[in-house]
Amino acid sequence: MKKIYIILVLVFFFDNAHAQNKSFPLPEIDLKNTSGKLINTNTFKNHNGPIIICFWATWCKPCTRELNAISELYDDWIEETNVKVIAISIDDSRNFSKVKPYADGKDWPFDIYIDYNNDLKRALNVNFIPHTFLLSDNDIIWQHSSFFDGDEEILFQEILKL
Amino acid sequence: MKYLILIVFLIPILTFSQINFDGNISGNFQNDFQLYLPDKKLDFNINNPFSDFPEERLLNNGFTNLIYSSKKISMGLRYENYLNPLLGYPSGYKGEGITYRYFQFHNDEIDITVGNFYEQFGSGMILRAYEERNLGYDNAFEGVRMKFNIIKGINFKSLIGRQRIFFTKSDGIVRGLDSEFILNEIFNKLNFSSNLTIGLSFVSKYEKDNNPKYNLPENVGAWSSRFLFNLKNWNLEAEYVSKYNDPSYVNNFIFKKGNAILINTNYSIRGFGINLSAKRIDNMDFRSERNESLQNLLINYLPALTKQQTYALATIYPYATITNGEMGLQFDMNYKFKKQSFFGGKYGTGLNINFSNSYSIDKNKINNATDIGETGTLGYKSNFLKIGEVKFFQELNIEINKKISKKLNLISTYINTHYNSSEILGYSYQGMIYANIYILETQYKIKPKHSIRNEIQILKTQEHEGDWLMGLIEYSISPKYFFAFQNMYNSGNSIKKINYPTFSFGINKGKTRFSTTYGKQRAGVFCIGGVCRVVPASNGILLSINSTF
Repeated sequence: MKKIYIILVLVFFFDNAHAQNKSFPLPEIDLKNTSGKLINTNTFKNHNGPIIICFWATWCKPCTRELNAISELYDDWIEETNVKVIAISIDDSRNFSKVKPYADGKDWPFDIYIDYNNDLKRALNVNFIPHTFLLSDNDIIWQHSSFFDGDEEILFQEILKL
Repeated sequence: MKYLILIVFLIPILTFSQINFDGNISGNFQNDFQLYLPDKKLDFNINNPFSDFPEERLLNNGFTNLIYSSKKISMGLRYENYLNPLLGYPSGYKGEGITYRYFQFHNDEIDITVGNFYEQFGSGMILRAYEERNLGYDNAFEGVRMKFNIIKGINFKSLIGRQRIFFTKSDGIVRGLDSEFILNEIFNKLNFSSNLTIGLSFVSKYEKDNNPKYNLPENVGAWSSRFLFNLKNWNLEAEYVSKYNDPSYVNNFIFKKGNAILINTNYSIRGFGINLSAKRIDNMDFRSERNESLQNLLINYLPALTKQQTYALATIYPYATITNGEMGLQFDMNYKFKKQSFFGGKYGTGLNINFSNSYSIDKNKINNATDIGETGTLGYKSNFLKIGEVKFFQELNIEINKKISKKLNLISTYINTHYNSSEILGYSYQGMIYANIYILETQYKIKPKHSIRNEIQILKTQEHEGDWLMGLIEYSISPKYFFAFQNMYNSGNSIKKINYPTFSFGINKGKTRFSTTYGKQRAGVFCIGGVCRVVPASNGILLSINSTF
């Protein structure tokens, strides 16, 4: 009974809120940069183009494949669309200090942040990684989870649609 | 309780009703259904009382998250269902209900959460509440958390609450305070090339003493101090945690204080990164109930300083931190040989080397009449810098990642493991297991969007279950479909040489993913992050659906 009650209250409340299916703004959450400094997601800016957010971890092999694939095409993508890639690691303190050496060791040209308490992961309902979001004017307009070879082209098609 | 929940959700409607509700609703959903099928070779059937074969035949795990968020507030809940939990999950999860609900308000200075929340102070060695849904790990707090950022460069966090255990909460109450001082921001020297951050935390738990024999502390405090120093491409960080005496089931009710230290340093530039870590843990198991064990009601998180393995055969012998005492080192290096160089070839070559080890700490008798670790005593004396006599673990990993052509990529891995099974798993295994593991992964693009990936893995050991062989072939059509077949074969097992074949198939459709796996599961310890669980051998069909909305 209790549960039904809560669900009814929620449904009533959610019904009154303006649900937007198509796009929604990036939640304002504190992350850490690779120097350990708190950085809020509201500072993510790319004035001239879209932003891609990739959730990854040092132990996630498909994530590495995705970021490697984007890394190889990145110069061309920037030239054509001015896109900016932000790679957000969900590594915990077991691997915190390996995040920057790992990304540098792979020669990735991305901005790297750590979602140290998984707050952004939860706020964006990320269940599995890799999980990729495409943002236009800081609104999330497209997302995709998992990675297979060729998915980077699908992502690029989505960027071109903007 | 009912009213509390209602109030939590009604407060924002009533008090903030003048705020324009231009927020969003989002969420995710996952449900796994496993149908168990009898298997002769595994002796997995209803008539064998030793086989874990479930009477229900079909088991289910699932959860749904709902979040409402706007610029200043967010709230949400999670419904979980385990009808009944899949094999390998703690049986405490039997049932269903709303296990997580929260309301959060934040602006630039303050952030308040009531209800459930996850939190971490520093490296987590003093406090970390988190979830690892796929392992059934969740030690979320229920209570109140506040974060303040009133002066630039100074951050405070405070919390009070009780921790989740399955569908209920602990008897113990946890209180915590964390502060962080970013000196460059405080002194406005932002352009300085170095940066120093200092952190201090205090955590205390209260639990009533019902022990008839000993006078146990009802309030147990712990404090930690940490710093992080950056100079250009170099980082150095360290944390020291100390805990007052906390006799518990896990430490055999000794009255010794506990402590832990973790030091990390790394240096990296584009194309090269190196990391060195060291740690020492002494009697640092910290729970909100002193009689709990396994993964239940842990207040803190003691990271295992070893490489986090993902290849199937490399996960057969996973390390888990020994919270009663261990000391160890880890070295990790990543290097990319440049394009057009001798080793780099046309596309460059990646190299990763990781070495880690872990030993017991030094333990001496406190006096001649008392055994080491004897209940009701101070337990033992320990020389901080002296390495103990027992080796728990050692591992060397070498991984080479070579792109041969536009279509073909190879990853070859060598792992040498020394695994002290008696100490790590506490089983009556045969002590130290020495294993060599060889892995070759091939990724080949057949045509745009179509690719094939395969893994060949060999594990060689004289001990335990002997050699293993594993093969995997996966065909994917981007972005929607994948098919995979894999087989593991315990070729070195003198009693039961068993094949563990599985066939998987999955579809991604927009934000929904559907997958199914049919086949056998080996018995073993499965770990994600620092959390492990023991999974029995089984056979069956798993259907999994998850979706984000």
